[in-house]
Amino acid sequence: MATGYYLGVDVGSVSTNLVVIDENGYIMKKIYLRTEGKPILSVQKGLDQLGRDFKDHEILGAGVTGSGRKLIGKVIGADLVKNEITAHGVAALHVHPGVKTVFESGGQDSKIIIIREGTVVDFAMNTVCAAGTGSFLDQQAKRLNLSLEEFGELALRAQVPVRIAGRCSVFAESDMIHKQQMGYKLEDIVAGLCEALMRNYFNNVGKGKEILPPVLFQGGVAANKGIKAAFEKELGYEITIPEHYEVMGAWGAALLARKAGKKKGFRGFSLSDREIRVESFECPDCPNCCEIVTVVIDGEAIPGWGGRCGKWEKGVSRATG
Amino acid sequence: MRLTFPRMGQIDIPVKTLFTELGHEVVAPPPVTKRTFDLGVKYAPEFACLPFKMTLANYIEAIEKGAEAVVTFGGAGPCRFGYFAQVQRRILHDLGYDFELFLLDPPGAETRELLRGLRFLFRENLKAPGRIWQAFRLAWAKAVFLDRANQLYRRLLPRVAQKKAAEMEYRKFLRVMAAERDLSRLELVYTALAHNLENLARLETGRVLRVKIVGEIYMILESGVNFDTENILGQMGVEVIRSVSMTHWVEANLLKALFPGHRRRTGLLSTPHLTSFVGGHGRETIAETVDAGINRVDGVVQILPFTCMPELVAQSILPDLSRRFNLPVLSLVLDEHSGAAGVMTRLEAFVDLLREKREKDMAKAGVGGEARNPTGSG
Repeated sequence: MATGYYLGVDVGSVSTNLVVIDENGYIMKKIYLRTEGKPILSVQKGLDQLGRDFKDHEILGAGVTGSGRKLIGKVIGADLVKNEITAHGVAALHVHPGVKTVFESGGQDSKIIIIREGTVVDFAMNTVCAAGTGSFLDQQAKRLNLSLEEFGELALRAQVPVRIAGRCSVFAESDMIHKQQMGYKLEDIVAGLCEALMRNYFNNVGKGKEILPPVLFQGGVAANKGIKAAFEKELGYEITIPEHYEVMGAWGAALLARKAGKKKGFRGFSLSDREIRVESFECPDCPNCCEIVTVVIDGEAIPGWGGRCGKWEKGVSRATG
Repeated sequence: MRLTFPRMGQIDIPVKTLFTELGHEVVAPPPVTKRTFDLGVKYAPEFACLPFKMTLANYIEAIEKGAEAVVTFGGAGPCRFGYFAQVQRRILHDLGYDFELFLLDPPGAETRELLRGLRFLFRENLKAPGRIWQAFRLAWAKAVFLDRANQLYRRLLPRVAQKKAAEMEYRKFLRVMAAERDLSRLELVYTALAHNLENLARLETGRVLRVKIVGEIYMILESGVNFDTENILGQMGVEVIRSVSMTHWVEANLLKALFPGHRRRTGLLSTPHLTSFVGGHGRETIAETVDAGINRVDGVVQILPFTCMPELVAQSILPDLSRRFNLPVLSLVLDEHSGAAGVMTRLEAFVDLLREKREKDMAKAGVGGEARNPTGSG
């Protein structure tokens, strides 16, 4: 049976994830890449890898989410550009129709999504502070010369987690160093950090929210067993990490593209071989000094964005959901 | 002496009119730009709220353009606003800016400062009270029409097809309103806007989602710091209802003795959820959220500056109200960070949530089930 597929892309601060799903919503292939500050390049890399398997198949629709969704949406010709909260909610409901709470912790932000009877009814994201998110964990693991997996495993071995201030990542780090110089065991410090991040999550993101099981924990940080254990200790029940926890946003975007129907705006996997140049400049026309971005694909310019007055956006505006 | 004042949304139009008509030369601070943020963040205490930082920067930018005196307002409640003027005066004098500050505290607070300010403002007209009266009438009428026009614009924006054209009409109206000096022509200016907006082609929208914005007044009114939230929501097809406005603020704060109705309304609606005055618009936030719940507004967005005490108190009560009225509430804490992406993500997700909730509610009630009460903005 000749079938078509849907593409989902999640361009986050730390990772860029791509999935291809079939018409039933199953993941055929997933790719998890580091964004490394170059969203277009990482998407091109991802498309190159996917293209090896799917270049002869039809992509019926493409959805994009994540903080880089606007840029990448224009670049790949997405049919649907959606915020990551909705995308994560959709993916969580797809894998677990009875889910009531979703914890999502990514590179720079963490969210909580409250779902009742199959609909998102409330959500929150961290506000002005990024403590407790993936980037900070990453940085600490690197400082201790541990991989993220080792970091989680180590936390599980702790006997007496030490208290670390989790409110601010800078203070958390000095707290950790202080405890380390005092001679506390590394596993107790690492477990203490996991608990601090958990506390910060409940204080900042989860404050005032009705957290009910079943809880799904997704996003890159879910790979850290220490954090999962800290959440479970606080809640008093088990939380579930879905099989494809690290690409749930991309999966949600693909599912939304499937729901939107066949649009076929996708520019194709061959984008990976084309020259994509981003040009940005400060618009000199008024004191707002808007930073305007334009994208040029093989010499052909796509309408720009970033301005407040709208004159740079004239032309395509597929980006509204 | 050339005068300046703090900016907040469109307040510059009536304030400039008032001062000019009183015979002063006025240098309005330029609109909020990146430079305003830079100056405010650089010279204000780190954990002061954004309204403090931005108004401080307003004064700097106006003084650079030639202003020699600042006329500003004060307060006497628990909110830090009551100290803005004194602290800002010290900071600017320490930085070497030479200017005079006149503080118009509400009657009953610092009477001496108030009298000094008024004497200065009226010094050209002390023998002609008629001119003072004319100036106030013109400025007040402008404020009333500006608020009314804003309400109309917010109602029509989600419903018209050419949103850019609507925005252009609205901007044109603001320019004409700012320049008009004839009281009898203000109504014509407003009707022209109403006429032009009503004539734009409409979308087939069905019932439009309505979202009420509550929270700290500066953050609500100043589009330069809130990423133009009202416009973003309007573009997404949402009608925005505002809990506060310029005229409301003047009536409820500066002239509260003359307009006791505002306080009574806030008291009635916020009891028993918040029974004491916590400063700023904390109690109004609660009252207006209750109002939104009673009048079946689809959702509430609270906008507050980072470190704002009154709004933090209100924020902690909102989850309870949200459950009680089955009313989705989103709190947006804003600070100097200029990334619009985070705000967009939250607003988009919130509107998605509201759309889905309404579909479900309608399915439950049977389509077209119950009539909904229209509500005016507070």
